[in-house]
Parts: sequence; C-alpha cells; structure tokens
Amino acid sequence: MSAVETAPLSAAAEKIRGRLASTPFAEKLEVVDLDLPTLEVSPSEWPALAKWLRDDPECRYDLFLDLAGVDNLKRRGRKTRFEAVVHLLSLPRNDHIRVKVLLPDDAGPSLPTVCGVWPAANWFEREAYDLFGFDFPGHPNLRRLLCHDAFVGHPLRKDYAPGQRWFATEEDLKMPAWALETQEKAGHFETQTLSIGPSHPATHGIVHLVARLDGERISRAETQIGYLHRCFEKMSETHTWNQIIPFTDRLNYVSAMINGVGYVRTVEKMLGVEVPERGVLVRTILSEFSRIMDHCVDIGANLVDIGALTNFWYLYQPRENIYSLIEACCGARLTVSYVRVGGLSFDVPDDFVPRCRALLESIPKFLDDVDRLVTNNRIVRNRLQGTGAVSKEDAIAWGLTGPMLRACGVPYDVRRTRPYDFYDKFDWDIPVASDGDNFARYLVRMEEMRQSLSIIRQALDIFPEKGPVNSSDWHVVLPPKDAVYHDMESLIYHFKLIMEGIKVPAGERYEWIEGANGELGFYAISTGGGGPYRLKVRPPCFPNMAAFEKIILGGTISDAIATLGTLNVIAGELDR
Amino acid sequence: MFAKSQALPAYDPKTGAGGTSDFLTTRLETMVAWARSNSLWPLPFATACCGIEFMSVVSSHYDLSRFGAEVVRFSPRQADLLIVAGTVTDKQAPILRKIYDQMSEPKWVISMGVCASSGGFYRAYHVTQGIDEIIPVDVYVPGCPPTPEELMHGIFELQRKIRSGEMSRDSRSAKLAAGKPA
Repeated sequence: MSAVETAPLSAAAEKIRGRLASTPFAEKLEVVDLDLPTLEVSPSEWPALAKWLRDDPECRYDLFLDLAGVDNLKRRGRKTRFEAVVHLLSLPRNDHIRVKVLLPDDAGPSLPTVCGVWPAANWFEREAYDLFGFDFPGHPNLRRLLCHDAFVGHPLRKDYAPGQRWFATEEDLKMPAWALETQEKAGHFETQTLSIGPSHPATHGIVHLVARLDGERISRAETQIGYLHRCFEKMSETHTWNQIIPFTDRLNYVSAMINGVGYVRTVEKMLGVEVPERGVLVRTILSEFSRIMDHCVDIGANLVDIGALTNFWYLYQPRENIYSLIEACCGARLTVSYVRVGGLSFDVPDDFVPRCRALLESIPKFLDDVDRLVTNNRIVRNRLQGTGAVSKEDAIAWGLTGPMLRACGVPYDVRRTRPYDFYDKFDWDIPVASDGDNFARYLVRMEEMRQSLSIIRQALDIFPEKGPVNSSDWHVVLPPKDAVYHDMESLIYHFKLIMEGIKVPAGERYEWIEGANGELGFYAISTGGGGPYRLKVRPPCFPNMAAFEKIILGGTISDAIATLGTLNVIAGELDR
Repeated sequence: MFAKSQALPAYDPKTGAGGTSDFLTTRLETMVAWARSNSLWPLPFATACCGIEFMSVVSSHYDLSRFGAEVVRFSPRQADLLIVAGTVTDKQAPILRKIYDQMSEPKWVISMGVCASSGGFYRAYHVTQGIDEIIPVDVYVPGCPPTPEELMHGIFELQRKIRSGEMSRDSRSAKLAAGKPA
C-alpha cells in the first residue's frame, strides 16, 4: 500500500462508505480515497454493485463514462495483474466515482458484463476485450472493435511490443455474422444488406455502417470502427509527458487545442503546478475559438451531406481566420501543440488581443449568414426536424455528453458543473434544446458558438497585458533559452527535462473538461517515471458513435446520413 | 469557325507581337499531357487530420479550382488522382488497395502528410508505415499536416510531371513487369 492510499478518507469517500455499510457487499469491497472515491471490488460482486450504484437514491450513477483496462505487470504494489477501471458520473448529483474491478490472476482476466445496467458499457467492454483480452461473459457481441480481425494478441498488455504488426487482407475484414444471412420476409420482398463505408463521402473519414434494409427502412444496423486506430495509448506509454502533447492534438484534430488543455491539466493536477493567469486565459480563449471551429466543421459537413454545399464555404471562412490567429501564436494551423505542462510553448504575439477582437467582430456576421440561409430553410427543416431523435433517458443510458445530451434537455456542461480555469467568472448560458433530434443539435451548436464568443469577449476584458504564461517551476517547465546558455543550473534543468521528462509523482488521476463534443476525460497513471505508465482518454464521440446504430433503427438511410453528421464524430478521437 | 474573319498583323520575331493565332504545332502527347495535367479529378482518401487541411485546400480561401483540380469525386471510377490524406492503418490498407485498383488508367497518387508517406510518428502496432507498402506513389507531400500551400505545391509538381510526359509509377512498373523498357 502506498502512502496515498492510507491517507484519511475525504468526505465524499466517507459518505459512500457509510452508504455502502448497509449493503450485502459492504464486507467484500474496499473504499480507497484517491483523487476520486474509488471502490475496489472483485468481478463476482461487480454486477450487483453496478446495479446498486445506478439505483441507490443517494448514488444514482446513471452515466457510464469510461472503462480503462490496466496491466500491472510492471507496476509494484498492486493486488492483481489486471484491473478494469470504470468511471461513473451521477448527473442528478453531479458527482464522479471510480470503480476498480480487480481481476484474479488464476484464470484468464474475466469480469461479467454490465451492458444490462448501462448500455453504454457495450463498446467500452469490446475495446477492453480487444486491447487487453478481458473476457466479458454475457456480452451480446464480444468481437474485436479497434484492431482488425487478423490481429493476434492484445496490444495494450505490457508484454506486447509496441511495433509488432499483423497484416490484414480484404478477407480478414469481416462483416457482422447477421449481415451475411439472407432473410426472407413472408408476403414481401426480401430484405437487403447495405454496406456504407469505410471509404464513403458521408461517413466522414472512416466509419463502416452495415445496415439491413426492409424497403427503405433500417431494420438492423451495426457500426464497425477502428479504421484509424493509431495506437495513441500505446504510443503514450513509450513517450515522455510533454512528448505526448502532439499525439493529443491528433485525437480531435478539429479542435486540437481543447485536447491539449485537457491533457496537460491532468498532468498539472498530478504535479500540483499552477499556471499563471495569463497562460490560463490564453488557453481559454483559444479553446473557445477551437470550439467554434469544431462546430463550424460539424454543421458545415452535416449540411454538405444533406445537399447544402454553400454553407460549407460560409462556415469555412471563419475557420481560416481563426487559423491565422493560431498560426500567429504557435506556427501551426491545425495540430497546434501549443500547450505545455505548466504553461504554453511560447507567449502570444503582441497583437494577440486586437486580433482576437477583430475575430469577435467578423465571426458573428458569418454565423448570421448561415442562420439566415439554414435555420428557417424548409428543406433543412424537413431533413433535420424529427429525424435522429434521442430521448433524455436513452441519451443518459447510452453515455452521451456534450451537445448531444444538451439537445435532449439535460444542461450538463463541465464548464458549469465543475468550473475549471476561470469559467466561473464569466457570464454565459448553457444552450439547451428539448427535442433531442438533429435540428435540436444544430440549434444547440449554433447558440454555443455565440456563447463561446461571449466567453472570449469577457476573457479578453480581464486579460493581463503583461506577465508570464508559464509556471516558474524549472522541474516542470523549460527555463528560458537565454538562461540555459549562460547559467549552469538552468542548463541542468533543461537537460534533465529533455532527456528524462518531467517526474510526475506516482499515483493516478482522472481529469475532465468540456470538449467540443462532450466530456473529454484523461485518466493517467504514473509510477514516478518520465512518462505515463498508462494513459486512457475518454473520447466524447465514442459513446455517440456507439449509439448511432440504435438511433437510426426504423428510419431511412437518408435520415441516417443526416444523423451521422450531427453526432460530430472525429475518427482520430473515436479510434485513437 | 476556322474561317479567317480578319487579317492579323504579321508576326514580328523581335517583339513577339502580332502573328496569327489560327493554328499551333505540337505533338499529340504534349497536347494530351497538357490537357490531363489541367483537369485532374482528385479522389480524397481522407482518413485523418490531413483530410481537414484538404478541405481547406478546396474551400473558398485557397480554392484549388484555380488550378484545374477541383472536381472532387468520391468514386474511384471517376477519378484519376488519388490523394491519400491521413494515416492509413493495417485495417484500412486492403481498402486503400482496392480503391486504387478500381481507378482506371492513367492514374496518379499523392501521399499527403508524413503518416501516409512513412507512418509518421505512429511507429506502432496498427499503423501502415507508409502507403508505398501497398500502392505506388508519385508525389510525397511532407508535413503534419501539410499546409494548404504545401499540398498545392505537390499538385503543381504532379502537373509538371504529367506535362513532362513522365508516366505514373504504376504504369511504369507494369511495363517493367511485362519485360518492356519503361
């Protein structure tokens, strides 16, 4: 047991311990106080505990956030080699909790599925099966999710070499078993199976939809992903903490800045480093601009899919203008790599504030144009209104967050429920719609862009003209280049940071922020080395995509295409 | 159409002015190559971040149509330029090969970005280490992702290759395989 785990329990952990005392599994699990209250449980107790956590009136953990496998092969002090780490969110209580299912070493790693408790667990469990080889008895469709079907072994295990590849041929890319059967319908024509993607203009990169059609209605569907699985989590285990930042940019490459901020915040919390106000505000301003860009691409691409090409050009111009600002700050347009643990890579240019103000002037004009072209356009309304509708209950059960959830009437926004940086100082609204359909998502996104502009305006008002953007802790941040050349001590710090990486204290942390398409979480485990022992990202669009095959059931193919656009699925983040 | 409607001033070799524009002499191959180079129909095989920059290239600001390569087609049957924009994984590789095989000759390939060219910094268990493992490539565009200017430069480079009469990598290797001089 490390020192962290024997520390006195926080109020939250004490509360859950008290609540657990009256349950049958009180004896069989342990409550540990880490950054979040953490329950350690054996696989046999897990389904009962899961149900209790969801249904108990003082717990109500109704949203399944994430399941991360952990292989403790090279990590000391753990009870078993494999752990399944689950993060849960209670929307009514606005509370996070972590459950660790410790998988005994004797048999192969196995734990019962909780798809029946939280349907959102389905894909997360398939992912753990694929990457760690965990068995989930009772799972409805336990197949590989990310790696191709000719893959051998489980790549995120610590004894798997990062570069070991397996080649696939066309025959190895399997369709779901049900798609290969022909199905006759009595007194009717036979149904047909349609394969859309992976290379298809409407699948936005690389998603493969297999749909069974009864006439034009979809009677069964399955989405296959993993065509862009570029091994982010394995790569992060072979790099130092700062070297991972470029990888995080390529998760959600449409709003790269937000990913970087989410990641470095996790590391900064583990280190206990504070970033100066100016640095934080630069991050906030550029994150909100990124959110606008993300929504522009999402709305623009969605409208292209339903045949409204013009808006794409209208929405791409503000993007180009924002790119110019970001390029002036860090030299890159798309994949910015601008943040560093403890601050930023450079200070902003001198004309940063006027440039931002100019953008604040120009962007609303484009938004108004699109608004006038689209919002009351009869064709757009016919295509989007009432299609792809999700009920509030389903959205929570499927683990949706972000604009998807807000379009169903749930005002969950991390910037408000757990304000980070300076979000509690700004005056802004959470746009919420009630219908939960494609049009509601469009409206929520349009309004969110306006709210982001308002946040940026307020951030600029309190933006300090001068001051550092980086923490001055040279154990974390590189000393100024000039000092490195003239000062022995700075040179040593520089050398140690570059060669060995930041030394993050052993421990673990789950940090979450509001990404452009939902709750973006990073779960990092450090063993005190220069890089993470394990880094798991909770990609917001992963549950969105998992829900897609359920949302489109009963609709037509054309509605499915209109729906796919509003999910805001970014392949880099989906497949990682 | 070809009738001379009015007499033009005689050609003056010193100033280059005047002369008649009714005819020109060239070789058929040059004419065809000139036409081909200015009417490329790209198929964007956009898998990742580079796809977003490709969208910038064809959008209003950079406007690739100025250079005769804007008719984006998503069907390999209707395209002669395959732009592979983004990381190709081992799961994606057979699909890319199939799409390439479905394109009709003459066809060219631009590998956009370091991931497509070499796997980039993803030296990992599921990433193809460069699309030239599976298909021939005519122009490599470096960058992660390349800026729109870089991709446009790559397209100009390809146009130059086509105009100079260079064959695409694929037809050259096909001729070599058949024992003909390439």
